Amino acid sequence: MLEIQNLHASVEGNDILQGINLTVNPGEVHAIMGPNGSGKSTLAQVLSGNDAYEVTEGSATFLGVDLLELPAEERARLGMFMAFQYPVEIPGISNAYFLQAALNEIRKSHDLEELDSLEFRGLLQEKMDLVAIDRAFADRPVNQGFSGGEKKRNEVLQLAVLEPRLAILDESDSGLDIDALRIVADGVNKMRNKERGFIVVTHYQRLLNHIVPDVVHVLYKGRIVKTGGKELALELEKKGYDWVKEELATA
Amino acid sequence: MTETAAASEKQSYLAAIEQLKSEESPDWLRALRDAGAAKFAQLNFPTRKDEDWRFTNVAPLVRSNFEAISAPTADVDAAAVKEFSITDASWGELVFVDGFFSPELSRIPEQAGLTVQSLRTAIANGDASLQQHLGKGLNGSATIFGAMNAALAQDGAFIHVEKNAAIESSIHLLYVSTGSAAVATNVRNVIALGVHAEVTVVEDYVALNGGQPYFNNVVTEVFLAEGAQLRRVKIADENADAFHLATMRVHQDRSSGFHSQSFLLNGKIVRNQLDIVLDGEGAECNCTGLYLTDGDKLADNLVSVDHAKPNCQSWLGYKGVLDDASRAVFSGQVMVRRDSQQTNSDQLNQNLLLSDKATIDTKPLLEIFADDVKCTHGATIGQHPKEIIFYFRSRGMSEAMARGMLTYGFADERVSEVTLKPVRDRLEKHVFKRYSPIQD
Repeated sequence: MLEIQNLHASVEGNDILQGINLTVNPGEVHAIMGPNGSGKSTLAQVLSGNDAYEVTEGSATFLGVDLLELPAEERARLGMFMAFQYPVEIPGISNAYFLQAALNEIRKSHDLEELDSLEFRGLLQEKMDLVAIDRAFADRPVNQGFSGGEKKRNEVLQLAVLEPRLAILDESDSGLDIDALRIVADGVNKMRNKERGFIVVTHYQRLLNHIVPDVVHVLYKGRIVKTGGKELALELEKKGYDWVKEELATA
Repeated sequence: MTETAAASEKQSYLAAIEQLKSEESPDWLRALRDAGAAKFAQLNFPTRKDEDWRFTNVAPLVRSNFEAISAPTADVDAAAVKEFSITDASWGELVFVDGFFSPELSRIPEQAGLTVQSLRTAIANGDASLQQHLGKGLNGSATIFGAMNAALAQDGAFIHVEKNAAIESSIHLLYVSTGSAAVATNVRNVIALGVHAEVTVVEDYVALNGGQPYFNNVVTEVFLAEGAQLRRVKIADENADAFHLATMRVHQDRSSGFHSQSFLLNGKIVRNQLDIVLDGEGAECNCTGLYLTDGDKLADNLVSVDHAKPNCQSWLGYKGVLDDASRAVFSGQVMVRRDSQQTNSDQLNQNLLLSDKATIDTKPLLEIFADDVKCTHGATIGQHPKEIIFYFRSRGMSEAMARGMLTYGFADERVSEVTLKPVRDRLEKHVFKRYSPIQD
């Protein structure tokens, strides 16, 4: 469903991605690991359409469409979703209002009927229960005053409501204690199915104990330098990223 | 404005003043009216050379030739005011039509320690407390509009809460302008709270659909004795051609609290002035506001706080959304007197300009003569942050939709702070309808 070839991208004149090749098929969970500054978050941002990043070379197609030609909102309507590493706070706008608007924009683009407030409220409560979020959060301003864990869970709630084809989780484990991490992972696991692909970007292996990947990639200096099964994550956890760096140096 | 225009405009008010003089009234009131009349005759209408009116040109008001009236200009029945009325029986509601009290439309709350009357009734009853307070809140600060009000006001609301009485029912003062003639109304309200008394008052200025321009010239005097607490919401939702000039003067004694939320929603020129004197240690005032303008309208908030005693706190937080070629003014004038140590005063004015032609003039003015104080001020003229817009887009919403929703959120945030449900519901409906890009 996602084909990335030789993708190069820069931000403020710095080349961050230097030739990414990656294929994600429906139902697969790909973990992307790597040391800080390797380009993991840049990849997530570029795929979701953040204009602050400039693609300088390469291609990316999503469900057969040239992804790089699409503005962010059209990518989302097509079925792309990114759970932000740092979700923004939106004062004055409730979760319910925000998500109803988002879902209806996506539904409209697929010629589906929009949901009215009542229908949406029912759906939202069902999804809140699914990902174990207190229903009171429906009427709180988006992420405002939420703890780090609550923000990450709120991203998973959005994922559950919008039901994307491909979900990119950008360091959804960062800043979470083990209990919060488990709740986030449980929510994500409930959303796994044969049709939906995931890209799980993380620095640490511990999230992958809970969201077990099919494929693990190691990103280093803007390139995928190693690809393996879930055991690769364990090996990285044990040996650290220096092991990869040394291997590359001797190669 | 030409001299002649101003002179002839004054002439019509002077005639009304003469007319009122011929009517019977108690001596004490006559003295107040005469003093107001003398001041009115002596003062000129402000021009943009006057510092407090630098950004608010009242020339269109001055040349409009409004007629000061002694009775409503049209009959209004309950059906006509239904949409503004608060039906919750725990509320008291006083309805004024073109500035005059309507007993048929009103529901006077009854509770021990509470007096609620129309000003006219209180005058007729010779209410001692009214006599003690009326006109006392405006010492030395009379503007021409204040003087006009002193000379011409015949009705308004009088609320008196006795010592230690905590009033459970909120009081809705509903001022309905019929717009059936080009009139000037001079409303005078007096709110006096005894020691540790508490009450909640909503001042609500609305217009029946369409109609003529008119001029509401409102003065409200508030007296808070030691430990008294007044919660107040003000709404100005006048018709699009109307002028609304209101001054509320608040005198606060030791440890009293004044909590004001004002919402300026409509009117050609709306001037919302709040003069507060913190005249006892530990007094506190929290004044927030939201002003929404479009077309060529103007909303002007002038708030002055006099920290006359030590250990007092003031907070001014005003937000505005300006569209089209509209304008708004915010002035936060804070004076900290020499002995007013441990003063804590903050102000923040946040604005969203939806059009290149909209203008905001924002000017904090702090005069601090004490040395151990904490005073801050700030103003923003906002753009919605890029990263927030991107967040919306990443969820499938267009940039235009994101901006619309953020504007709605910006305004609604202030509305959501209103704890009085019927008032909040009405305001929420207003901002939703006005700004939300999705309407469902």
